[in-house]
Amino acid sequence: MTDTFPRARTAIAGLATFGIGETPGYSSMELTAQAALLAVADAGLTLADVDALFICQPDDFFAGLSFAEYLGLQPRYTDNNRTGGSAFMSHMAVAAMMLEAGYIDCALIAYGSNQRSNGGKLATKITNNQWDAPYAPIFPLTGYALAAARHMHEYGTTREDLAAVALAARAWAQTNPEAFAKGPLSLEECLAARMISTPISVRDCCLVTDGAAAIVMTRTPRARDLAKPAVPLLGAAAATWWNSIAQAKDVTVTAARESGARAMAMAGVSPSDIRTAQLYDAFTINTILFLEDLGFCAKGEGGRFVSSGAIAPGGSLPVNTNGGGLSCCHPGMYGLFAVIEAARQIRGEAANQLSGVDVALAHGNGGTLSSQATVVLGSVATL
Amino acid sequence: MSPETHWRTALAEGRLLLQRAEDGSAVFPPRLAAPGSGGPLEWFEASGRGRVYTLSWINRKPPAEPYHVALIDLDEGARLMSRVEGVTPETLAIGMRVEAFVDHDGDAPLLLFRPVED
Repeated sequence: MTDTFPRARTAIAGLATFGIGETPGYSSMELTAQAALLAVADAGLTLADVDALFICQPDDFFAGLSFAEYLGLQPRYTDNNRTGGSAFMSHMAVAAMMLEAGYIDCALIAYGSNQRSNGGKLATKITNNQWDAPYAPIFPLTGYALAAARHMHEYGTTREDLAAVALAARAWAQTNPEAFAKGPLSLEECLAARMISTPISVRDCCLVTDGAAAIVMTRTPRARDLAKPAVPLLGAAAATWWNSIAQAKDVTVTAARESGARAMAMAGVSPSDIRTAQLYDAFTINTILFLEDLGFCAKGEGGRFVSSGAIAPGGSLPVNTNGGGLSCCHPGMYGLFAVIEAARQIRGEAANQLSGVDVALAHGNGGTLSSQATVVLGSVATL
Repeated sequence: MSPETHWRTALAEGRLLLQRAEDGSAVFPPRLAAPGSGGPLEWFEASGRGRVYTLSWINRKPPAEPYHVALIDLDEGARLMSRVEGVTPETLAIGMRVEAFVDHDGDAPLLLFRPVED
């Protein structure tokens, strides 16, 4: 089946982040509400313009309802899906088609968490299923470790390759005022870091921060009349291949292979057209797997690709130019932050602004490499 | 009896059951219908033999020893998460041949593996 998608007919009209890093005293709801208010204002709209709400919170299974109540919205449609950190890319796909159909006029997509200030642990109630739980894998970390171990075995990927991902992320973060982790980081430090679940050490893990993000989507003609440069959505696709990592046919190949190919086909672009990729880097192995599965390098070549410097400042494919989940922020579910960095690059307002960004990709991941969702954003030049 | 209950009852008796779909593929965890097709499933007793597909050692605060989690590919084709007893980080490796046994020492019967000659 070929996808039908309203290429470029809807756009990000407003965006904002809030409270990245540490914001003691704020609830997750407050952080999210602040980001949402800023995003609506950024678009030059008001809350009264918002008629659809898409949200996924770490600690509130009824987040759509409580957030609508908090902001005083009465959405014509409320979406509270739970596909982990990829939820927000899925939200964008649904919002685009609802906007195109005329079912809604203005979608607010939001996320926020105070997980750093509120105990410093991943604030999720999701855990291992009953088949895996007796063996006590660390959820979700060991799932990624099992994939990384197999990738090393099959393709000769090394801990140095994993470290190259962390070092590139830190290099980008160092010149991003919003990034939480900006200290110096060396290869030696990465290799000597405390091992948690082999081959994943603390330096292979994303940060635990607070933070919130929100975007506003409208149909593109309206977005072009609003306050900021419109960022058209060229393609969006989600794919789910498993829940438990034990059920992956091949732990080194994720559903990003499907979501990426479909999103790029909708957009009419190929990997070589993409100027920058924002990839959900919960762990260093993610970046390597997604670079391969999205087609930026061949399967098995991801380790050598990142070790060549390709994704770092000055490289051929700038990846996670805000510092990513590894060094900018990771408030539990990072997907929407990847979208916002891609959109900022297209608007020309990123902290580490690249030249000539007409096409940018953002990729979200959920569960244990389980749910994958990809969006391709363009500038108005791609219309 | 539900498929999950049927599987757990057999495990308590020391038997590792799998299901087979019409296309011959082995299915685990137990289900009501074949994944993908929704077709019928037949129970059969697995040989218990398999191979380590991937593994991870999990460190704990000393003096607690590290433990590991492994994904095992059973010879019949299904894959599951478990642990291999009687190994160290030096001896446990991807590709190692293993065989299943049921550990009755805990609260519930637990499927484990031990190394076996090829």
